[in-house]
This record gives sequence, structure tokens and C-alpha cells, in this order.
Amino acid sequence: MTQPKMRMSILIPILYTLFLMLPIYWLVAMSFKTTGEILSGFSLFPQTWTFDNYRVIFTDPTWYWGYINSIIYVSLNTVISVTVALPAAYAFSRYSFLGDKHLFFWLLTNRMAPAAVFALPFFQLYSAVELFDTHLAVALAHCLFNIPLAVWILEGFMGGVPKELDETAAVDGYSFPRFFVTIFLPSIKAGVGVAAFFCFMFSWVELLLAKTLTAVAAKPIAATMTKTASSAGYELGLLAAAGTLTIIPGAIVIYFVRNYIAKGFALGRV
Amino acid sequence: MKKAYQKAWFLVLPVLLLVAFNALIPMMTVVNYSVQETFGNNLFFWEGLGWFEKLLNSDRFHAALGRQFMFTGLILVIEVPLGIAIALAMPRQGIWVPFFLVTMALPMLIPWNVVGAMWNIFTLPDIGLLGYFMNHTLGIDYDMTQNPFAAWVTIITMDVWHWTSLVVLLSYAGLVSIPDAYYQAAKIDGATRWAVFRYIQLPKMKQVLTIAILLRFMDSFNIYTEIFVLTGGGPGNSTTLLSIDLVKIALGQFDLGPAAAMSLIYFAITLLISWLFYTLMTKDDLK
Repeated sequence: MTQPKMRMSILIPILYTLFLMLPIYWLVAMSFKTTGEILSGFSLFPQTWTFDNYRVIFTDPTWYWGYINSIIYVSLNTVISVTVALPAAYAFSRYSFLGDKHLFFWLLTNRMAPAAVFALPFFQLYSAVELFDTHLAVALAHCLFNIPLAVWILEGFMGGVPKELDETAAVDGYSFPRFFVTIFLPSIKAGVGVAAFFCFMFSWVELLLAKTLTAVAAKPIAATMTKTASSAGYELGLLAAAGTLTIIPGAIVIYFVRNYIAKGFALGRV
Repeated sequence: MKKAYQKAWFLVLPVLLLVAFNALIPMMTVVNYSVQETFGNNLFFWEGLGWFEKLLNSDRFHAALGRQFMFTGLILVIEVPLGIAIALAMPRQGIWVPFFLVTMALPMLIPWNVVGAMWNIFTLPDIGLLGYFMNHTLGIDYDMTQNPFAAWVTIITMDVWHWTSLVVLLSYAGLVSIPDAYYQAAKIDGATRWAVFRYIQLPKMKQVLTIAILLRFMDSFNIYTEIFVLTGGGPGNSTTLLSIDLVKIALGQFDLGPAAAMSLIYFAITLLISWLFYTLMTKDDLK
């Protein structure tokens, strides 16, 4: 590949990222406009900048608690998913046992069930165990699709660690838990990061189950948005501001794992 | 060769219990509903396989299933080649790389209802950026709340916007794992650009592409929130995909029996196609 050709081809990703930015730009621009300006007609940039939309969100508890609730159950889910996935991924990567392949495929099939299918049964199940409208309920429900993914990713990363490491540690007299935490975990740090990233991502973006399993106390931000969109007339500016704020946690998380994203799945097994 | 060790089951147990709790109990509830009829008040009557029979013969189900296949087919045909092309054009190193990776991953981290709301604001005929541009600058009559074709173009564009990056990131991950020596060898042999792609890059991307296609298939086949927020299934029924129809029946009309039967058929179709993909695409490796 010659140099000039490389320079030309970089136009493709540039154009693509521009296309990605357009709707996001529009959302952000909208969030700084007054409702009057939005409804009066088209303007490429906000004519009169206003922070009122953001002020409403940061001063109204139903709004900002939506964000706090979402962050609580997403973090809880990420911790649970990665913690239980670690030993399981180790078992899949190091040992063969009765039914291992079937179990692995079965785990993956749980990503295939449409969430819409599960909405009502989930509501009944979590009401029955008296967890309805708690952060834990949403965190546990999201385990359905996040644990299989975490096992899948971690298993791929563990496969890349030579088995000699385990054997040497055993010879050196390390107990299994001590070996796992002090030697094995640090060597798959990147994998843990990538798995946590994907768990965070899929829990953060999911709405249907989160909305079904909560009423007031653990209501996610996304549900607050849908309610506002329908009840308070159609306040586009406020909706846009709330939407803009939901992008920020994701952006922060991506920034931290940017060097690992590309590697994440590449080491996974198929 | 892995060591056979049955006690490894204990390591898998927590995962098994948590996933089984979330998967098996709701699934049994769905199976239970699918063979019964209810008139409310917790009164249930045995219906046998009646719902399945009615559903498999109903035009409404066939239409929703057809739209679902059309949607998933279209987005796969667009996103997979487009994603590969963008990944091939990406620089392998330099200051641009982290910039591209971060911006490309961004759409995937936006909550799905916000994606729908964002595209709604973006496409409003008189005040949305795209809507205004189409109607007033290009003079094309574009209103997705009126015109089914415009609605389809919009949902496809939205999904391409939302998920092509997944294919890009995975393909890119496959590409950067190819050692430079391969390219040098190809250059010495005088390989064409196509030959390099066909015999070096594509085989290296095959693993990650399998994952990309599987994930895209499963997620697009189950898509609900984005399209529900954007079009609500309209205009008319033109964008009522399977899951939207399912929620209409289950929560809108509270017809639990038919909705449960539909869920099971839906799940079975997803499972079957995923399994076919999986076996077809990993067939060569097993030989």
C-alpha cells in the first residue's frame, strides 16, 4: 500500500464519523434552544443559547434521580456479571466437563430471546420474590444477557494465557483462590476491562426490562424521558437535554477502554 | 487437550443459577400461558396447541414476520459490507485511530429510546436537520409519519447509523492482528489488492465477522425500542416488526395466550437461524 493511497482512503472513515456525528449534533443543538425557537422554525445553530433545559434536569429530583438510579443498577449489574463470569470462564477455558459445550451454547442462546417476550414474566417473577422496583431487580434481570457475553469474552482472553502459568503456581504451592486473584487476574486485566465495558454498555442502553421492573424508587432515566415526552406536552428541548446527558457516561467509559475495544472480541472464541 | 475435571461444575454453578433463574422461570411462564386462554380474574382454560395453530395461519403474523425478515436482511446486506469497507480504509496506527474508535463506538452507548427520540428530532419535516434538508433544500417530499417508504428508509438508516460501528470495530480488530510479514510476502508474490483481501484479510476476519453477523442478526431480529419510539410501528402497520406486534398483543390487548405462543415461535425462529449461521460459518474450522 502506497502512501498517497492511504491518504485518500482515510476519507472513508472521516465521512463515516461525520455521518455518525450529525444526529448527535442535532440533539445537542436542540438541547440549547428554547421551546419557542424550536417550534418557530429551522435554525442550524441555537439563536439564543439557553441552559434552562439543563437547569430543569439538575434541579428536579425526578429527573436527576433517574440518572442516579440508572448508574446504580448498571454498576451493580457490571460487578455481578463479571464476578460470577470469571470462575465460569476459567472452567470453560481450562477444563472439559460433562455437558460443557451444550452449556456454553445454551448460555449464548439467552441473548437471542426477545426482551419483549420476557417483559411480563419478569414482572411477575420479580414481584413474587419481592424485588420489584429495586435496583437489584434490574441488575439481576440484565444478567440474563450480560453474563453469557462476559463469559464469552473472558473465556477468549483466558485462552490466551498459557496453562504453564497455572501449573507453575500449583508447584509453587499457591492455593487456587490465591493463584486466581494474585496471579491469574492481573494477567487478564484487559479482558476484565473489556467484559466490564460490554456489560456496562448493554445494561445502560436497555430500557424495556428496566422500565418493566421499576415504578418509582428505581426508575431509570430512560423511563423518566418517555414519561415526560408524553405527559408534559412535547418539550423537545428538555427531551434533547436529557438525551444529551445520557450520552456522557457512555462517552467517559469508552474513553477509558479505547485501547482495548478493538482487541475485545478479536480474542474471543467462535 | 483440556483436562477432564468434573468439579469444574462448581465454578460454573453461580452463572448457571443466575441465568437459569432469569431464563427458565420466565420461559416456563410463557410456555404455561401459550397453552391457555384467559378472560382475566386469574381464570385460565386449557387451549392446547390452538394458539400456535391460529398464529401460524394468521395473515397478521405472516406480515409481521415478512417485515422482520426484510428489515434484518436489509440491514445485514448494508452493514456488513459497509463495515468491512470502513475497517479496511481505517489507518492502522497514528493519532487518528483512538479518535475514530471512540467516535465510532459512541452511537452504541446511547440508550435505545434516546436513539429513537434523537432520530425523531433529526427527521422532523420542518424543524429536523435531515427533514428540513430533504424537504426544503432538495425539494424531496419526505415525511416518515405519512409515507411508508420514507419510514422504511429512516429505520434502515437509523440502524445503519446505530450498529455499523460494531462490524467496523470487530473487523478492524481482526485486521490489526495480521502480521506485516503477510503483506510483505503478498507484495513479493505480486498479489493484487483483491487477492490480498480474499486470501489474507478475509480469512483473518472470519472469526470476528462470524461474531459480528451473529450479534447483528440476533439484535436486529429482536429490535423493539428504537423503532417503537421512532415510528410506533406506523404509518399504518408498515413498520410493525415482530417484536412491536408482540408487545401490542401482550401489553396492549393483554391477550396473554396468543402473545406467549407468538413469543415461543419467535424465539424458535431466532434460535434456528442463529444455529444455522453458526454451523455454516464454523463448518470449515471443524474439518
